[in-house]
Amino acid sequence: MALQNLIEHIQLVLISFVFTGIVGLILGIVGYNFKKVRGIILMIVDVLQTIPVLALLGIIMIFFGPTFTTVVIGIVLYSLLPVVRNTIVGLEQIDPAIIEAATGMGMGKFQRLVKVEFPLAFPVIFTGLKIAVVTSIGIGVFGAVVGGGGLGSTINTAIRIQDGSVLFQATLALVIMSLVFDFVMTLVERRLDYNRK
Amino acid sequence: MIEFKHVKKAYQDNVVIEDLSLTINDGEFICIIGPSGCGKTTTLKMINRLNKINDGEILIDGENINNIEVNKLRQGIGYVIQQIGLFPNMTVAQNISVVPNLLKWGKEKIERRVKELLKLINMPYDEYAHKYPRELSGGQQQRIGVLRALAANPPIILMDEPFGALDPITRDILQDELKSIHKQLKKTIVFVTHDMDEAVKMADRIIFMESGNILQFATPEELLNKPASPIIKEFLGKISYSHNANDLTCADVMRTKVFTVNRKRKTLECINMMNQRDIGSVIVVDDDDKFMGIVTIETIKEKGVPGALIEEILDRDVKTVLINHNAKDAFDEFYDSKLDYLTVLNRNKTVAGIITKTSMAKALASLVWGENNDS
Ligand SMILES: Nc1ncnc2c1ncn2[C@@H]1O[C@H](COP(=O)(O)OP(=O)(O)O)[C@@H](O)[C@H]1O
Ligand SMILES: [Mg+2]
Repeated sequence: MALQNLIEHIQLVLISFVFTGIVGLILGIVGYNFKKVRGIILMIVDVLQTIPVLALLGIIMIFFGPTFTTVVIGIVLYSLLPVVRNTIVGLEQIDPAIIEAATGMGMGKFQRLVKVEFPLAFPVIFTGLKIAVVTSIGIGVFGAVVGGGGLGSTINTAIRIQDGSVLFQATLALVIMSLVFDFVMTLVERRLDYNRK
Repeated sequence: MIEFKHVKKAYQDNVVIEDLSLTINDGEFICIIGPSGCGKTTTLKMINRLNKINDGEILIDGENINNIEVNKLRQGIGYVIQQIGLFPNMTVAQNISVVPNLLKWGKEKIERRVKELLKLINMPYDEYAHKYPRELSGGQQQRIGVLRALAANPPIILMDEPFGALDPITRDILQDELKSIHKQLKKTIVFVTHDMDEAVKMADRIIFMESGNILQFATPEELLNKPASPIIKEFLGKISYSHNANDLTCADVMRTKVFTVNRKRKTLECINMMNQRDIGSVIVVDDDDKFMGIVTIETIKEKGVPGALIEEILDRDVKTVLINHNAKDAFDEFYDSKLDYLTVLNRNKTVAGIITKTSMAKALASLVWGENNDS
């Protein structure tokens, strides 16, 4: 198993994570504040997830060629749904009394978002991010098809030369990677809950 | 001064307030009371523009509130709600600091203010400042809610049934604290309640609302004695003036559950007991349970040396009344003294009870509305 492919895969996941986070949060916050576009935003991220991964990557490849970028865009589009949805849900479920108190004390909309709403919604948002990361590890495997590298390449080669041992190692690496991300992020998640302790 | 001039408010087509005019003076404690849905909350929230008015105008110190930038306006008006609404992601100190931070006060000034405020309600800074709201009891949370409203020293505080969700004992304590805060800080307080006991206890003047109209705007005494409308009478309950208030004795208006300590107790012990019970002074009795005097927490802090006995610093020169004494005379005496309560003694000089503003209000309330509130 090529170590380089493993590193590449982790890079894919982390870089995608940054963009999924940024884009997902923005879309979620917009959807929360503007009820009119909320439906449309949710529908789009929902539909994106129903497109088969390979088809989605194929379409993006038309524009960006068989590159790392193509795979990152694919992963981002594919894993937006949990982040957007959890951002909206997390913000929506805040006790209206808390929002009223904040408004009544003279916080502007932006201050309210930064100081109160976002911190309170963050545990739920973080859960969305966790789901996105774990999803993206799996999607990253398809990256090899469009030239993005990663453990997908290792698996491809292994299948071609029928090397069971490498295939097993690559699969194991993916599983461990998912478990580690999930475990670490779950630990963080637990610490975020304001009502625990 | 807060002035409403021909204010109208409608939710969509539903006109809730037709034409409301009123004036609240600086430093007044105003209670707005009335049946559920009569427009109390609506009226209150118009003052900090959480509710937009459809017609008329509201002036604060002569200035139309619509001409003040809305967040500036709100930062200058304290706001306390029944659901408390502390920010769970912030500590007690951070919650209190919200408005001072919005006003860009310096760090040290804010910290000083937080300490000062916590002192006001006897919650030690070191113990509470860094706790989160979930670690506090309901009563403590709402205390912090009140402090948060006071933090930037606004001249006006709006409170919407702030103690409505608390148990009766806690409510009583918080009412007393708020009353004393009002006395000290001279804020204009507009306080919504649906509890007549509370309104009578707290208010300088009471606004009685019904269907968006003011039926009466008067002092508690006036409202009780001369309710301006049958609706108010009905709200007050089955009024029976058959009892004559002049026949009441101290026994009728006192509270019998009284906390006393023996003269041989140590001062430190007394402080602990007082802290646990949230009281500021105790009655000291001798070995035969006869009344000796009173010790306040301040006296102990001033004169108490470690290990000293409570009888050494006790104040023996306090007013007491006999249990069969006329209640009205006792009340006048009580009002003139600066004490929180008046001690009532049996003939053999043992302690029979104490008269507090609350016990007095309860007795009068039961006289007016019948014996439904025991204790
Ligand atoms: N946001 C709102 N939308 C529509 N109607 C409202 C709204 N808030 C209050 N109302 C109506 O206005 C009236 C007065 O309500 P409110 O001021 O909350 O009464 P109170 O505080 O005295 O119980 C009620 O009939 C209530 O149904
Ligand atoms: Mg109300």
